[in-house]
Amino acid sequence: MTKPIEGEKKVFMTGNEVVAWAALAAGAEIMYGYPITPQNEIMHYWTRMAPKYGRKFLQTEDEISAGFTCTGGVLAGKRAFTATAGPGNTLMQEPMSMAEMMRIPTVLIVCQRGGPSTATVIYSQQETTMTCYGGNGEGFRIVYSTATHQELFDYTIKAFNTAWKYRFPTFVLGDGYQSKMRESLSIYDPEARNIEMVRAEPYVVKGGVPGENRDPAHLRNTYNMEEELYEVIMDHAREYEKIAPEIIEYEEYECDDADVLLVAHGVVSRAAKGAVKELRQDGKKVGHFKPVTLRPFPEKELLERAKAAKQVIVIESAYGQLDKLVKSHLYGCSTPIAQYFRPGEGITIEEVVQETKKYL
Amino acid sequence: MSVQPQMPKSWRSETKPHKFCPGCGHPLILKALGEVIDELNIADRTVFGCDIGCSLLAWDFFNVDTIQTHHGRTTPVIVGLRRANENVIGIAYMGDGGGYAIGSQHLVNSAARDEKVFVLLANNTQYGMTGGQMAPTTLPGQKTETSPYGRDTELTGPPVQGPEMVAAISGENAYVARGTVGNVRQLKKFIKKAIQNVMEGRGFAFVEALSLCPTNWRTNAEDTWKFVEKDMATYFKVGEIKVPGEKKEG
Repeated sequence: MTKPIEGEKKVFMTGNEVVAWAALAAGAEIMYGYPITPQNEIMHYWTRMAPKYGRKFLQTEDEISAGFTCTGGVLAGKRAFTATAGPGNTLMQEPMSMAEMMRIPTVLIVCQRGGPSTATVIYSQQETTMTCYGGNGEGFRIVYSTATHQELFDYTIKAFNTAWKYRFPTFVLGDGYQSKMRESLSIYDPEARNIEMVRAEPYVVKGGVPGENRDPAHLRNTYNMEEELYEVIMDHAREYEKIAPEIIEYEEYECDDADVLLVAHGVVSRAAKGAVKELRQDGKKVGHFKPVTLRPFPEKELLERAKAAKQVIVIESAYGQLDKLVKSHLYGCSTPIAQYFRPGEGITIEEVVQETKKYL
Repeated sequence: MSVQPQMPKSWRSETKPHKFCPGCGHPLILKALGEVIDELNIADRTVFGCDIGCSLLAWDFFNVDTIQTHHGRTTPVIVGLRRANENVIGIAYMGDGGGYAIGSQHLVNSAARDEKVFVLLANNTQYGMTGGQMAPTTLPGQKTETSPYGRDTELTGPPVQGPEMVAAISGENAYVARGTVGNVRQLKKFIKKAIQNVMEGRGFAFVEALSLCPTNWRTNAEDTWKFVEKDMATYFKVGEIKVPGEKKEG
């Protein structure tokens, strides 16, 4: 069977199309999904292309089911994924908490829309907290926040590898803007870039007869004793902390001598970067720090930059979700932290320039 | 020398005695299931999913790969698994709360989509694990922790007819039956036909088993059997409801 993408090629497409291509290129074998805007076209492109490459799709009755069927696909040993947004992401937290507890490497693409509740179908960064820490758990998950279509492609492929390598549920946190706008990027066959895809393995039906020539797989998420649960969670915590340095990713722009440090993630970092460019032309010492992984968070790296700056400004299309993350990781840093919050609204370069000037 | 009780080969002896209450119906259902797994020789490709509620106590019951899931979510986990690996014989095991209340959308839609999985549901007319609350299957007038004066059908509706509902919405090739622990031989036959239905890729399979809960019913042995064989049988008709291309029994 031919590969979905041979080598590498330049394309101009929407983010949702990018995700479908990336999942195909990554060798995702099955997608489980339920309609919700602005995520729909991931399914639309997937259902058009998947059968040509022997891949499968199941449209479920809701996002709870999309998430749980996805865990089933992963347990069968397949690279399986799902995608959602907003209230769908809320429902998705139940299966994702099971994935967290049972170390099931699901991949979930989140296309953030306005919240809370139904809100808008357009855009926000209001699913940051939920994607990082949703469910009744500790947030042992990996969250990549993407800013460009290129990143959307790169990190969707990477999400499958990170998930299967470390066996924590992995999320690509996009948004409605990225879903719907068109942008140019390179799409590629991972092999063409020497990216080796981590092998997916079944958790059940692994060959042999259970009880005869192997032990049965008895997978559970329920524990009887406090001590039992404590051990399991502490194992997860130790493992998560051990691997965090290998997973953490961030981007710095003009940070070396920055007096004012703009912290933004996802698509908003484009406005922050644009503002830095503009202000640097006027000789202003402004820099931008973009965490790519929100879980685990690039704490040491941000702390170092924040300490060297005179002012930190957190900029986000939410009312303090990135801000909470930043503050918790900058504990002990005396640099003042200011905020620019536009919940559910896009943020332009001009706005960021204007806001930053207040601190120059 | 101690004499070992007779157990299906697919039962995991290391985890016996099991964790269910004395007099519970689950072990009878699981014995029938275990014997069918033995007879069909499918332990190597069966995945047993168990729900939350008393059914979760079966998480290490079998020498069969097992996934214990969330309350009501066993059906989608098994469906997702079977979709990804068609060689798997997927069994979703749950109680009446898991299947008819919190997970009803999954049961309804899996049946409607004719998923090739087998859902086995124990109906003991209440929530056992949480201490005996009213369930969709609680009989009219039956006292539970949340219907302490007896179930008022004016306020809470009549007992849910699960297999009848599944039969109404599933395709031609679905297998649907209601058995009872009062007739394990017949229940086993239903379970076998259900598994064969999914093994042969024919269609969805659903068996409700009328079960026992003397702990929460607060009944002695005699009244326990009277409840399942007389009281429950008044509302829940035992027998095959839908058999692809065959004559029904019972």
